[in-house]
Amino acid sequence: MSEYIFYPGCSMESSAKAYYDSLMVIAKPLGITLKEIDDWNCCGATEYVGMNLIPAYSLIARNLALAAKMKNGTDTVVAPCSACYLNLAKADYYMSERPSLGEKVNQALEAGGLHYEAGSLDIRHLLDVIINDIGLDVLKEKVVKPLKGLRVAPYLGCMVPRPDYYHRWSDAEHPIELVEVLKAIGAEVIDYPLATSCCGGHMTQIGPETAYELIRRLISSADRYQADIMVTVCPMCQMNLDAYQGETNRYFGTNYQMPIVFFTQLIGLALGFSPKELGFGTEITSTKRALARIGVEIPEPVEEGGPRRKKDEGLPMPPRLIKNAKGKSLHHHVEEAES
Amino acid sequence: MPQMTEERVRAGLTQEEDLSLLNEVSMKTAGVSHLEMCIQCGSCGGSCPSAADMDHTPRMLFAMLRAGMRELVLQSNTPWICVSCYHCVVRCPQEVHITDVMYTLKGMAIREKKFRDAVAPEFSETFVDMVEKYGRSFEFGLATRHYLKHAPLRLVGMSTMGLGMLAKGRMSMTPRKIKGMTQLKSILKKAKEMELTS
Repeated sequence: MSEYIFYPGCSMESSAKAYYDSLMVIAKPLGITLKEIDDWNCCGATEYVGMNLIPAYSLIARNLALAAKMKNGTDTVVAPCSACYLNLAKADYYMSERPSLGEKVNQALEAGGLHYEAGSLDIRHLLDVIINDIGLDVLKEKVVKPLKGLRVAPYLGCMVPRPDYYHRWSDAEHPIELVEVLKAIGAEVIDYPLATSCCGGHMTQIGPETAYELIRRLISSADRYQADIMVTVCPMCQMNLDAYQGETNRYFGTNYQMPIVFFTQLIGLALGFSPKELGFGTEITSTKRALARIGVEIPEPVEEGGPRRKKDEGLPMPPRLIKNAKGKSLHHHVEEAES
Repeated sequence: MPQMTEERVRAGLTQEEDLSLLNEVSMKTAGVSHLEMCIQCGSCGGSCPSAADMDHTPRMLFAMLRAGMRELVLQSNTPWICVSCYHCVVRCPQEVHITDVMYTLKGMAIREKKFRDAVAPEFSETFVDMVEKYGRSFEFGLATRHYLKHAPLRLVGMSTMGLGMLAKGRMSMTPRKIKGMTQLKSILKKAKEMELTS
């Protein structure tokens, strides 16, 4: 059994619940014990650091200080979320690289009775732990249902292989780790050229046109390579490509139906767990057709597209609706589609 | 600051070089920024997935920093369009912490109120407000407040997706609060009194 200090991150308890659930399911057979940091806080994502530097790093360092208190046989912190992983690693690294930053952050931490010695923890991403600690051999041994015939686009995203302060990854732009894991569970992995290209991050909120273009590139490339499904290690990537795929389709007048799931969900399937306990069915872009290729039936979604209205006129309708080819109403404004 | 030598005057340089803006930005950036090492090769702009939407490529912005063009730099949309993908960072031959410099410029633009489009700064502010209030991010509150203020029309379009996320248990309408809020607040209060200057 390998034991780790665990930093889940905010999205694991909301939008990326499938990531959390599937990780909890596969941890046991893979021999991973996760001890959650007591009362951890948000890492600030990419927002806080753009507002106010010392508070942003102090926010991150509170987690490091709490984690360091739990050091007991292990000093490795595992984060499954790419942005959380990067923020934790970055704070640890910069507090050493720039001692004046370290001093100030520790002055702030002292106001809360905490202290963090930079460099005293090993901060790692979940994928790194699975491939380097557990190992591909063990993973292969545990596979009972190889995902033979499922064409998978390995989409790693940005913040895991870059900037890679501790030189843990095989390459900054074309790393092989995710590919190797997916091959180990029997999937047919496409040579996905955009494996570490950006999903747009928070631009879906603040500059959707920029984000839609990045999302379109990723999805259309996976589609052109005839992938059945995309696989990610990052809650933000999953959210942008899954939940904003409809918006992106409307913006470009395309009709992509490219599902995207977390790598832990596919590992879970290969290890013989049921789709339901792995969180399948919570995605917005259905995985049904993709998983049918390997004879897996996913649970019916709760209600397609959200709770259905009893009567169409039951709620005030927004003005100027446009309709798609099938005549189904799209809650979308003409001006936006044309801009 | 270099002396105004005869050679410099003959070369057409009429002013002494003022690197105070470059130094200020470099000092305020986390880690060792290497900003002054930029050789204007353009690998950053060439690697950037969102450069097409930027007022200036990172390279141009860094030249402007060196030239002391404070107003234009802080008004530029470039840091706000940066998607934090670190492509430029790993390709930069001079190891400039480009993404972190962008964060510094955002912070300066907010403090000096120089940004020209309020959508992105206010999104960051709302996000930070939620984190400072609960200790965790709160997507539902963030999205609602953000769309109501900046894109009420888009809120209508987004509601289908939002309802889907709610129905699938991927978004909660109530925030989660950490136990150590008093501790976190004291830490952040102290942190806000300090700035990185050396």
